[in-house]
Amino acid sequence: MADTSVKHAHETHEHEEDNSGAWEGGKEPFKASYGKLMMWYFLVSDAFTFAGFLIAYGALRFSMPTWPEPDWVFATVPFLKGHWPLIFVTFMTFVLIFSSATMVRAVQEGHRENRSGVVFWMVMTVLGGATFLGCQAYEWTTLIAHEDMTITQNPFGRHMYDGVYLGADGKEALYPDGSPITFVKGDNYTLHHVSRDAKNELKAEGLMYKTKDHTIEMLNSTKVKFTTGPKAGQVVEAAFGPKAFGALFFFITGFHGFHVFSGVLFLAIIAINTAGGLYAARKNGHEMVEKIGLYWHFVDLVWVFVFLVFYLL
Amino acid sequence: MAAHQTYEEQKQFVLRGLILLGIITIVEVFIALWAKGFLFGHKWEGAMHYIYMLVMVGFSLYKAYFIVFFFMHMAHEVRGMAMSVLLPTLLLVWAIIAFFQEGSVWGARRELIKEKNEQVVTPSSGKTGYIISPSLSNHKG
Repeated sequence: MADTSVKHAHETHEHEEDNSGAWEGGKEPFKASYGKLMMWYFLVSDAFTFAGFLIAYGALRFSMPTWPEPDWVFATVPFLKGHWPLIFVTFMTFVLIFSSATMVRAVQEGHRENRSGVVFWMVMTVLGGATFLGCQAYEWTTLIAHEDMTITQNPFGRHMYDGVYLGADGKEALYPDGSPITFVKGDNYTLHHVSRDAKNELKAEGLMYKTKDHTIEMLNSTKVKFTTGPKAGQVVEAAFGPKAFGALFFFITGFHGFHVFSGVLFLAIIAINTAGGLYAARKNGHEMVEKIGLYWHFVDLVWVFVFLVFYLL
Repeated sequence: MAAHQTYEEQKQFVLRGLILLGIITIVEVFIALWAKGFLFGHKWEGAMHYIYMLVMVGFSLYKAYFIVFFFMHMAHEVRGMAMSVLLPTLLLVWAIIAFFQEGSVWGARRELIKEKNEQVVTPSSGKTGYIISPSLSNHKG
């Protein structure tokens, strides 16, 4: 008798829990804390923001008859002369991947409640993020100060027809050996407002073409003559590349760089708090480290697609 | 990290992931320089260019999958939670199709306008202007 009544009471209790427990809190259907879950949903919304930017890049690129070639635009490396397409930005990608890996290590040490381990790997991550920002600062400086790229002007273009560059005298520009400086459809060029000498010092106002064989030609002329296409035989004013390119580049890599910057700040704050024992006292496996880790991996994830869209395609 | 992994295995896993992502990036850049003609002189044109773009997108999606599922531990989350994060991103498939189509149309429009602007129109020798039809002008709505 007593047995059955106990069993009955137990069943009733379970029955009640099934019906109303879901509304009484304390249950985690996704087995994740509120903070972690909300970090994921923030990242979903942020992913949509970035996707919107990158899709805008694609739509504008598709609407233009030509578009600058990334291997041509992004080809400078610190301390190295010459044309090194994509090398520096590959290094930047490695830096972010590396800092992502050190972040995973920090989270692992957090689960083991190893406070000094967390701090060490978070400091490594902060250094990685700071290195990335430094690299980006170099890349922007090169593009703005040396290539004259702004959000409203893009010096990088590709010829739509075959033709020949014209000199200041209006005649065909010539190489030292006497052959004309020609170009074919699809050739890259850089068009500068000002000319600089080898030491990158401002010399005369004028126009500078960087041509496909990577020699800098001081033409002091803004004209080309096409030999194919609807304007064949005509002398045409040289055109800057699609204007949208500069704006898209600075806004999208800038927005990503801002994410890296705020990530570095938050990582630093959380590393300091970890060192002070704040998260160890919570006894939840340093969950805060895990949350900022999610954000940091997301920044790396976005870079995968920025890298794809701006530098690879 | 999965609870069943030992600490040593976890450390191994991070190192292997780092090497994997690094190698994929090197392969990507190698193929990119090859396809754009910077390595061996000739460009991948036509169908090869589309294959190139597919390969690049494929590598990037794999890197994204690896980061989300293993670095961000999505592989070890509850299925419902993973789906609530992953499924909404499928909306982007339509966004990509729609906006790229839109972009192409902008381009075509711009070309058309340029073409029309350059067109030389010879004036008609006959009468020009509006023709007011008596039946229409008498019509009162």
